[in-house]
Amino acid sequence: MGIKAVNLNYIYGQGTAFEQYALKDVNFEIQDGEFIGLIGHTGSGKSTLIQHLNGLLKATSGEIYVNGENIYSPGYNMKALRSKVGLVFQYPEHQLFEVDVFSDVCFGPKNQGLPKEEIERRAREALSLVGLDESYYSQSPFELSGGQKRRVAIAGVLAMEPQVLILDEPTAGLDPRGRDEILDQIDRLHRERGMTIILVSHSMEDVAKYADRLLVMNHGEKLFDGPPKEVFKHYKELEQVGLAAPQITYIVQDLRSRGIDIDDNITTIAEAKEAILALLSGKEKT
Amino acid sequence: MGIIKAANLIFDYIKRDEEDNVEEVNRAIDHLSLDIKKGDFVAILGHNGSGKSTFAKQLNGLLLPTEGTVWISDMNTQDDSLIWEIRKKTGMVFQNPDNQIIGNIVEEDVGFGPENIGVPTDEIWKRVDESLKAVGMTAYRKQSPNKLSGGQKQRVAIAGVMAMRPQCIVLDEPTAMLDPNGRREVIRTVRELNQKEGVTVVLITHYMEEVIHADRVIVMDEGKVVMDGTPREIFSRVEELKQYRLDVPQVTELAYELKQAGVPLPDGVLTREELIDALMNVFEKKRLEWRQDGN
Amino acid sequence: MIRDITIGQYYPADSVIHRLDPRTKLFGTMIFLISLFLADSIWAYVLATAVLAAAIRISKVPFSFMVRGLKAIVILLLISVSFNLFLTDGETLVKLGFLRITKEGLYTAAFMAVRLIYLVLGSSLMTLTTTPNELTDGLEKGLGFLKRFGLPIHEVSMMMSIALRFIPILIEETDKIMKAQMARGADFESGNLIQKAKAMVPLLVPLFISAFRRATDLAMAMEARCYRGGEGRTKMKPLKYKSRDRISYLLFFLYIGIIIAMRVML
Repeated sequence: MGIKAVNLNYIYGQGTAFEQYALKDVNFEIQDGEFIGLIGHTGSGKSTLIQHLNGLLKATSGEIYVNGENIYSPGYNMKALRSKVGLVFQYPEHQLFEVDVFSDVCFGPKNQGLPKEEIERRAREALSLVGLDESYYSQSPFELSGGQKRRVAIAGVLAMEPQVLILDEPTAGLDPRGRDEILDQIDRLHRERGMTIILVSHSMEDVAKYADRLLVMNHGEKLFDGPPKEVFKHYKELEQVGLAAPQITYIVQDLRSRGIDIDDNITTIAEAKEAILALLSGKEKT
Repeated sequence: MGIIKAANLIFDYIKRDEEDNVEEVNRAIDHLSLDIKKGDFVAILGHNGSGKSTFAKQLNGLLLPTEGTVWISDMNTQDDSLIWEIRKKTGMVFQNPDNQIIGNIVEEDVGFGPENIGVPTDEIWKRVDESLKAVGMTAYRKQSPNKLSGGQKQRVAIAGVMAMRPQCIVLDEPTAMLDPNGRREVIRTVRELNQKEGVTVVLITHYMEEVIHADRVIVMDEGKVVMDGTPREIFSRVEELKQYRLDVPQVTELAYELKQAGVPLPDGVLTREELIDALMNVFEKKRLEWRQDGN
Repeated sequence: MIRDITIGQYYPADSVIHRLDPRTKLFGTMIFLISLFLADSIWAYVLATAVLAAAIRISKVPFSFMVRGLKAIVILLLISVSFNLFLTDGETLVKLGFLRITKEGLYTAAFMAVRLIYLVLGSSLMTLTTTPNELTDGLEKGLGFLKRFGLPIHEVSMMMSIALRFIPILIEETDKIMKAQMARGADFESGNLIQKAKAMVPLLVPLFISAFRRATDLAMAMEARCYRGGEGRTKMKPLKYKSRDRISYLLFFLYIGIIIAMRVML
């Protein structure tokens, strides 16, 4: 089950002077129900990678298995794959085109060839998942606020009822509250529906808070793969490739270097607060 | 009187139907009064829809007040005869790097503003050279803007504004579409211009880390100024900021949370060093107490 | 792919041709295009080939880069070649069922192919060595006399220059929206013509909206930078003929003279 990539290579402009590896020998396996944070600086290959996972790009060489099936085997149904692996692009609101919110969300399930009642049921459910009630259904998507537009666009992918949801920087350009709302909704999809999530993000703070596991890409290669606390221990290597760890990691490292015995697995504010309070009170008793 | 002054500014977006009857009025700026000192680095915070972008566009006459007045260096933006003078004085940098570069070559884009205001050719070249140098983009001067990263494009846009020799630069969410490296690049450039060239900077953003070094932070909500002070003052009011749909940097938040839990820390901790020093103090005191208790 | 169109793409390099006045290049390109239609002998084509090859060589633009522009016209080329090949009357060389290839047909087809290829190469050479801004400057100044007849030459050339800048951006955007809709199960390939046209709606609507948004943003950015039409504007790169331009003009006249002479005498 899940997604498995084996020796994935993708070469741009093969055979020309501009030949360049966008993905180089990438291997990983994602289990059903995981929350993956995919990080890497611009141009590290993460956008290329996610487009492989639903068949929009075809690897130059290598294999991708979705639920155990090789998607490059002859006769594999690519259209069905795109229903299984939902991909929300960056600034997804730029893809809205229908006259009202409801019909726009119906576009995906309609393409899946479902009966009308099922299409509408899914659209309704998807819109409620992103927190938009019926009062929005007949509104033009172009008159909504930026954050609302984005939620409509995400609902458009959710309505296809994918098992895996990939989001490419879903919070770009949103204000802090808008960002938290979207991320909390994604987190709920993961916890309540068991959906597998792949979140592409530039924010180490966000992936530290939500993801179970991080994949770090650099120059088309997989650099790290592991739980956030393990990956962020390599904060020096991350800096070398133009990334960083969350601020909290640095605070913890600073405290350790000044002789405070604080756990270096800490990556979030809540964990840090608890640990510092424990240190301050714990020793009091001894 | 400061370089930018707004008195009782009101701005309404008016939606009209086909017969030109007013259908809807949205008040974007509501009785706003503000005075910005020459040479300051001022950050304006606010969530999307708080009126901060509308305010930015008032500062060089792209939008004009519905009521009230805006002065730029004592020039009223509603005076038609002064509008080009005002636009020379305050340059604008916008959010989307692609939609504000006009030239097909970096240096030609930087020269666009000076060309428009009739600067002689030799002088244009001098200004283009200086501006590109000031933003560190000289090496890319012959390139196509399409080949640059987001942060580099924004630096070109800033150079284009600098070439008009403004006294003030207004940046309307210049980093919203950039990755963290691009954001740092742009903010570093803006800070340098402020410090070295003495340009007044008005930075509109919702990234809290970008305002730590500002001289003054203004928070807008529903078209009004709701908070105004130094970064330290503003960031010591964490709950209030959250109420305005904003955030604080992780360092500040951790310090705040600890303080709430009874740890004696100062208000409005802004940097990692500050927090570590303050925490070490607390730990030292605790150690002393423990030792005394032990005795 | 649409990306492969090289027309309107500048190739930065430091060559004499890059440094020529855009008016000179425009005029030269025009002369070259005219010469292709005047040339009617092998020798004239040999000369045209030599001139084109020399110009490409001097321009320092890699030949492989120039050839990419040809990909866009492959279909046009195939159509016109086969028309000429099969539909010209004359001495039959080969007969394939109802199709026949004549000696004259072979000649015209070959000339047509060379003409088309040179046409594209010649104009790509100009656009590859001239920044779109220089090009529009050249047009603006070269056609400046039309202003007296009330034609908005400055505005038109400004529009062209902006269009050129946004073509690559909009191409990329088209690609992105297309992929986003495909991720939602859209199918741009199968179906009959009407179905295909209908399938374009989810692509075209967002594309237009985005283009309008960009246009509004850009207009505002230009206004903020004091743009107010051509009146009172100075130039960062004013056009001035140098001796290399004068020499080029001489060469152009010499070249077209020889081509005409060949046509008359050969």
